[in-house]
Amino acid sequence: MAPLLQVDNLTIRFPRAEPVRDLSFDIGQGETLAIVGESGSGKSLTALALMQLLPRAAKVASGRIAFGGRDLLKLDAREMRHLRGRDIAMIFQEPMTSLNPVMTIGRQIAEVLKVHERLSGRAASERAVELLKLVRIPAPEKRVDDYPHQLSGGMRQRVMIAIAVACKPKLLIADEPTTALDVTIQAQVLDLLDTLRRELQMAVVLITHDLGVVAQWADKVVVMYAGRKVEQALPGDLFNNPLHPYTRGLLAASPRLKNDFHYRDGALSEIPGSIVSAAGEAGCPFRPRCAQARASCGHHVPQLTVPAPDRLVACPFTSPIKAVPHAAALSL
Amino acid sequence: MPLLSVSDLKTHYKSRDGVLRAVDGVDLVVERGETVGLVGESGCGKSTLGKTVLRLVDPTDGRIEFKGEDITVLDQRRLRNVRKSIQMIFQDPFASLNPRQTIGEILEAPLAVHKAGDRAKRRRIVGDIVAKVGLPADSINRYPHEFSGGQRQRIGIARALLLNPELIVCDEPVSALDLSIQAQILNLLVEMKKEFGLSYLFISHDLSVVRYFADRVMVMYLGRIVESADNATLWSDPRHPYTRALMEAVPDPARPRQAAPLGGDLPSPSDIPSGCRFHTRCPLATDLCRAEEPEFRSIAPGHQVACHFADTIN
Amino acid sequence: MSTTDIGTLRGVAAERQIAPIEAEPVAPSSPADPAWSNMKAPDARSQSSSAVAVTNGRRALKVFLSNPNALFGTGFLALVIIIAFIAPILYPDDPLSMVGRPFLWPGQNPDFPLGTDSLGRDVLAGILHGSRISLFVGLTATALGLTFGVLVGSVAGYFGGWIDDALVRLIEIFQTLPSFVLLVVLVAIAQPSATTVTLAIAVISWPTVARLTRAEFRAIREKDFVMAARSLGYGHMRIIFREILPNALPPIIVTSSVMVATAILMESALSFMGLGDPNVVSWGSMIGTGRELVRTAWYLTALPGLAIVFTVLALNLIGDGLNDALNPRFSQDR
Repeated sequence: MAPLLQVDNLTIRFPRAEPVRDLSFDIGQGETLAIVGESGSGKSLTALALMQLLPRAAKVASGRIAFGGRDLLKLDAREMRHLRGRDIAMIFQEPMTSLNPVMTIGRQIAEVLKVHERLSGRAASERAVELLKLVRIPAPEKRVDDYPHQLSGGMRQRVMIAIAVACKPKLLIADEPTTALDVTIQAQVLDLLDTLRRELQMAVVLITHDLGVVAQWADKVVVMYAGRKVEQALPGDLFNNPLHPYTRGLLAASPRLKNDFHYRDGALSEIPGSIVSAAGEAGCPFRPRCAQARASCGHHVPQLTVPAPDRLVACPFTSPIKAVPHAAALSL
Repeated sequence: MPLLSVSDLKTHYKSRDGVLRAVDGVDLVVERGETVGLVGESGCGKSTLGKTVLRLVDPTDGRIEFKGEDITVLDQRRLRNVRKSIQMIFQDPFASLNPRQTIGEILEAPLAVHKAGDRAKRRRIVGDIVAKVGLPADSINRYPHEFSGGQRQRIGIARALLLNPELIVCDEPVSALDLSIQAQILNLLVEMKKEFGLSYLFISHDLSVVRYFADRVMVMYLGRIVESADNATLWSDPRHPYTRALMEAVPDPARPRQAAPLGGDLPSPSDIPSGCRFHTRCPLATDLCRAEEPEFRSIAPGHQVACHFADTIN
Repeated sequence: MSTTDIGTLRGVAAERQIAPIEAEPVAPSSPADPAWSNMKAPDARSQSSSAVAVTNGRRALKVFLSNPNALFGTGFLALVIIIAFIAPILYPDDPLSMVGRPFLWPGQNPDFPLGTDSLGRDVLAGILHGSRISLFVGLTATALGLTFGVLVGSVAGYFGGWIDDALVRLIEIFQTLPSFVLLVVLVAIAQPSATTVTLAIAVISWPTVARLTRAEFRAIREKDFVMAARSLGYGHMRIIFREILPNALPPIIVTSSVMVATAILMESALSFMGLGDPNVVSWGSMIGTGRELVRTAWYLTALPGLAIVFTVLALNLIGDGLNDALNPRFSQDR
């Protein structure tokens, strides 16, 4: 069966930069794909490209985004508008700024139903209450008349999710959906997203910088660095046995709760420098920060290779596979 | 005598919805050379507590003793001297540096204000500290926007170190930074602590970071400390249901997924529940919890909990 | 422990690996703010501005210079300023003295290119000399209003509390009085002269600046870098003038160009009503004396009127240009 969404060799270009280069990935129906990376990795731009909502200065320079057999890049603005909100929906990091502050949340949910499902005003408001119930907002009949500022951050994100799933989309893009939320609320929201994914048979692209979230909620992980995919794996494989030096570095650098490692025991291993050093780098984008960099890394961009089933890595010097020093305690 | 001793500290704000009890009776001690971690969710009052300790916000009630001197009663002039000894590192490295001053100006001003030597000596001190936090020497002629987030945080650390403080309040110093940068900054903080014999009050919502960084941990909920223990004890034997829930909620690659440990939202600090303030979200709440606020009591040496069932929780 | 001499840092400095310096490629973008446009409610935008916009002087200059409207405004204003300086050289005599036959139309007599008025006074000389009073009043009144407004606004916004309450009441008293009526009353009481007119305009224009400054200060006061300054033990004056004011300046600069325009209009209006300085010719007084003859000799009102229109337009164009240049988020949104 063809995957629901297939992205081939996507390159996004700004007048003076290419923040996403040659990116390919696919998602099957009902699957959760996590795209991990730090700011500057191009993960959020990728999400906007899927929605065809790139900033005006940015262009998709090359590539193909096939969704249900259609190339999204070939659709005109009107066709894309029909798709957006109905077949592909998106939720953002900051639910306060993505909700309209002067409209009740009920009306905001009803709006999307009126546009895409052509529901009447009354039917749409009834559905709005049902949707609030679906995203587990207590007392939905009362809450439906609230304004965004009357809700907590977690509640607002639930409203965003209600709007996103109102038309039962096939694909939900969640761009850092829990970054602005507290851990206990984050757990609730991720739980909800996962339940809805199963109930609605929806595919989810989960964009995040949080490796913990990835490990627990994704079916498949793409690690991005400076606009390129550097590694792809199943979460278990990725955390037990990271291959790319960047992934290894990240895992080693992050302090962990279940890992009895304290500052008195020694320093955290760190990745020197910052992602900005990748700008204008001729070869491997990670080379300026990589401990294992060799001269040949500067010559050309490393190709993605398949070191094991279901795995891709863009580094020719990954074998022999070894465990990461501090993450050694990790086991799934 | 502890370096910092806070007793029954309250910071209340008047707001439209009534009185907002951001900090509502906190006792806290930071010994010399110690790192005290303060964890809690946003809105629990941990940031306000940090700012109150520096008297950037005035407390409503309670005492803040720094080296035995109650600083809540000091006038502005004498407070200035204390401020040399207590410094702060801020969360947002984009907002905590004046965008219209060069790094040199930002770093030289505190020395000028506190009359630390002539211009040449100040220049030298600034040069030293810039190198110390790992920035190139020509940084002093640049403006904050020319730096990345991690580098700006280094500048913020340099500024906090300039006046040779004894205590630094770190308010979420790494949570605005990318993962690959966080470790760099944490390591720098550890290095500086060793170098200058600093004590830290380390405020964070990130339990994993506190796990690594703190000697003693205090968990805060709705303006109160609900559990306090040394680092190892807290993680191995948490006794407050809230502490447990927080720990379970942290997604960790090394653990299988669990159901969300806590339902509901943090109640508003202007409408704190009666009885135990956690009872609205606590899976173990009983009638006792709804009626009576548990006292913050010792259950083992150095381990205090504010829960009626701290002894029986398994 | 605390006695570690900071001077000893020097020796141990080098061992640390020095991170390469990189420029931030993308400025942190903040949610779009509605642009400030209404002079009467300047708080509206500033309250919502979440981040202090970083404007780099050279970039701002580039944006300003690439704006044809702003360039036109600057050019025209420069011309008016030059005229104001050379008017006494070109026409050393008093422009109020009668020099020729009354009611000469423009072009009728080459000695008086723009004609003469009902008393035989040279219109061109009047317009050239009139620019002096317009600019003097406009610039001086703005400078005074700006100084006082910034002082009041910054003190109110920075200290807050009862000081703020008291100063806001004061601002409100001025803003609730119809400003032009107040202006007329002030000038009528104080005897019209260039000085009293200037002072009176300053008195009615400072509250706008004060409100704007107060709003900016209230927003910036909460920023972490101000917190940091306080935690470092800086004095109030240093925080107000060195830390906050430079960040609050862009909207104040934009406002001041519009204030000059408004002051020129007010001076003209006063002179038109005969409340200007009777010993000096001004564009407004020229229109005032010409208004009864508007049907027979319309050029007597039209020519000084055009001078006012273009000068005020030039100042507004400069204001718009400054707004685009100093407020990058706004210019990007368009």
